[in-house]
Amino acid sequence: MSTTPPFPEYELPDTHYLNATHGSGRSIRDWLLTTDHKRIALLYLASVTVFFFIGGIFATMIRIHLLTPGGALVSPETYNKLFTMHGVAMIFFFLIPSIPAVLGNFLIPIMIGAKDLAFPKINLLSWYIYLIGGSFVLYSFGTGGLDTGWTFYTPLSSIYSNSAVTPAVIGIFINGFSSILTGLNFIVTIHTMRAPGMTWFRLPLFVWAHYATSLVMILGTPVVAITLLLAGLERMFHLGFFNPTMGGDPILFQHLFWFYSHPAVYIMVLPAMGVVSEIIPTFARKPVFGYSFIAASSIAIAVIGFLVWAHHMFVTGESTYAALTFSFLSYLVAIPSAIKVFNWTATLYKGSISWDPPMIYALGFIGLFTIGGLTGLFLACLGLDIHIHDTYFVVAHFHYIMVGGAVMGYVGGLHFWWPKITGRLYPKALSRFAAIVLFIGFNLTFFPQFILGYLGMPRRYHSYPPEFQVLNVLSTAGASILAVGYLLPMLYLFWSMRYGKVAGPNPWPATGLEWKTDSPPPTENFHVTPVVDWEPYDFRNRPDLGLVAGAPLAPAHGDD
Amino acid sequence: MQSQLPLYPPEASNFAPQVDALMIFITSVCVFFAAGITIAIIYFFFKYHRKQADDIGVPIHGDPRLEAAWIIVPSILALAMFAWGAVVYVDYRHTPSDTLDIYVIGKQWMWKVQQPNGLKEINEIHVPVGRNIRLTLASEDVIHDFFVPAFRVKMDVIPGNNHYNTMWFRPTRAGRYHFFCSQYCGTNHALMGGWVIVMEPTDYAAWLSGSGGGEGNPVAVGEKLFAEKACITCHLANGSGRAPSLNGLYGAQVLLAGGATVTADEAYIRESILQPNAKIVAGYQPLMPTFQGQLTEEQILALTTYIKSLQSQPVPAKGSGIAPVSVAGTSPATEKR
Repeated sequence: MSTTPPFPEYELPDTHYLNATHGSGRSIRDWLLTTDHKRIALLYLASVTVFFFIGGIFATMIRIHLLTPGGALVSPETYNKLFTMHGVAMIFFFLIPSIPAVLGNFLIPIMIGAKDLAFPKINLLSWYIYLIGGSFVLYSFGTGGLDTGWTFYTPLSSIYSNSAVTPAVIGIFINGFSSILTGLNFIVTIHTMRAPGMTWFRLPLFVWAHYATSLVMILGTPVVAITLLLAGLERMFHLGFFNPTMGGDPILFQHLFWFYSHPAVYIMVLPAMGVVSEIIPTFARKPVFGYSFIAASSIAIAVIGFLVWAHHMFVTGESTYAALTFSFLSYLVAIPSAIKVFNWTATLYKGSISWDPPMIYALGFIGLFTIGGLTGLFLACLGLDIHIHDTYFVVAHFHYIMVGGAVMGYVGGLHFWWPKITGRLYPKALSRFAAIVLFIGFNLTFFPQFILGYLGMPRRYHSYPPEFQVLNVLSTAGASILAVGYLLPMLYLFWSMRYGKVAGPNPWPATGLEWKTDSPPPTENFHVTPVVDWEPYDFRNRPDLGLVAGAPLAPAHGDD
Repeated sequence: MQSQLPLYPPEASNFAPQVDALMIFITSVCVFFAAGITIAIIYFFFKYHRKQADDIGVPIHGDPRLEAAWIIVPSILALAMFAWGAVVYVDYRHTPSDTLDIYVIGKQWMWKVQQPNGLKEINEIHVPVGRNIRLTLASEDVIHDFFVPAFRVKMDVIPGNNHYNTMWFRPTRAGRYHFFCSQYCGTNHALMGGWVIVMEPTDYAAWLSGSGGGEGNPVAVGEKLFAEKACITCHLANGSGRAPSLNGLYGAQVLLAGGATVTADEAYIRESILQPNAKIVAGYQPLMPTFQGQLTEEQILALTTYIKSLQSQPVPAKGSGIAPVSVAGTSPATEKR
């Protein structure tokens, strides 16, 4: 049964951004000096994938270690380094750049009908900054490792730790500029380079989400960069910013750290929400329900997200009034997320829903993000947080948001735009299977951790009382299924780059501008500057899509 | 005991049923919404599955009434969660006045506990059923966190000059319960735990007097330190010294140079020992040297306990530093929270 319109046998365009040569014709040099946002996106794709593998290997070792109460694999020192390096690699070098720097970089100019980002050279610079920052962090991992936790709490990180903290904080400091420059580039591009007719309320919701993300990147990243630098300076030169024996305040570090690092969660999940807001209407073939509410809720999340940081500190002894304020604001920030989930669900109503792989990923995202978001309500609750704070409940909660949410969105987005990026399709049945494996594996891994947390197992424990073993073994078993869910797409997507069926410009079909150009697009994105005279996600008034109102298409290929 | 795979730890304090009730309330609301969303998605997924390859959906752009409904209803429920959680938290952060005071010191990677009579324990803490227990928490190095799952409470243990965190609970069931360090504190963080042993009051009293292993009453230890460290040369009891008398100090309002008043609690006493110049009592010169780095946490606790014991001593008419009673409106003894 084919539920996607059949389409004719396409051929790849003769020249596109992947095979175009610029000047010298030496291919490696062309790539490393490129200012084409699409090529830079692929450079990011390769580098964040490397960090995902590094972080993934650490995660695998963590889960194997926790099979037995005494710890099955490594020493306490090594275990502490594993979870720290897992967090640093995944958060700063995979999750934060993943969707913005890969999909955002590739798509934002095309979605708004521009030839490139506003500052193409700065775009390339931000990738090199990312590499330099990443090198410092890898140097830290290789020379003694890092055992402070990704949160770098003082005075443990600034005085007591014997691991390679200094190169790590320098690396994260440097990497911050990469984020800031990307955010700046996006904001200027979205303001100044929209094609004729592309008004603000015709922007794809993906662009709205990245606009909100960019605001957080620009306003938040400098704070965490300088905070980690202060901790590094305290460590190197024995200054007393956070060191209590020198009159410093260790709690001040937490305020400064979370002022960025809570909004950073929205840097990870807002772009994923943007991806889902594209996939759902495309595969339900109808306009997204409540466009303006979804767009506005992205901005609301970015703004309110800056005002909730001290909910990480309810048991530090902060004043009761501060705790009440931050708890209240934390509940407030939940509302815009709820609005999005309700609107996505309503979009399905009376749709024409296809079961193509991106849709499966997007619906998986909604399921996992909903659990992640709802469990945030438990942690925002003052009376409950005094019990579940710093337990596995927190670990489960933020993995549901950041892995169940952000990574599911990223993988879903890769599947949605893969035909645009590479010009080729991947095997649909296998891909649908991988999405289901990912969903089941994720839940088996992380759901038991909610119960572990409520039972009282603290996080960052290399050993634990025997009564926690059953749930830990369940979690590790789930992680092995989850790993299959990640490896499968890597394999078949890689395979499809050479052997996949040629996709044509608009295989799904979808309504965005990016689908009006070749797949893969030419270097300048469009042969003729596009003029936008349609509303977003409008399938009815678009005869060019070849649907009901338009001409029927050629017979199917028989792919599933 | 519970089944093989329990969903919650034993309930052994006054807070445990409150926290569990909150948990059940929030879980119910969340399961309701999660189930609603899931059922709707699955139903739509099959019901509106594409029949013809070139079908499109019905163009529905939104509905303001629905948007209003799913903004207002979740907001009300969130407000209820906030309010209920706030009630429990305010109770937890407001220590009752009739507490049994136990001191807890965290250091990498062990816990030192001192009972009211000076009895010391390592990685164990004995408490009686039915009494309000207040833990005063100090750290010798990094940030730790004292967490008792069966009591559903935790509090960070923070190093610092003028910062003691306190926490309280009332054990309701005798037994042995895990306590953990739940703030990551370095290599052996996972081993930095122990047992809370909740005993019947009579057993606790017998244990306290029978163990006898204490290294002296902390008041006596503090009194000795008070002499050894030469505090006694200035802080004369009769108020005629170069420094204010400490009689009746604990819990009273102290008048500071500049006109402000401060309650003389443990944090104030600690700060006055470690950073004497941070708050100068009205009418006195900043003469006192700092004892930063010269006293262990236990010595600071002993000195504090000794100074607290002077609460019942007669306050001299002049030279005490205590603000006039008419300002405070209450006697020093009842000022203590």
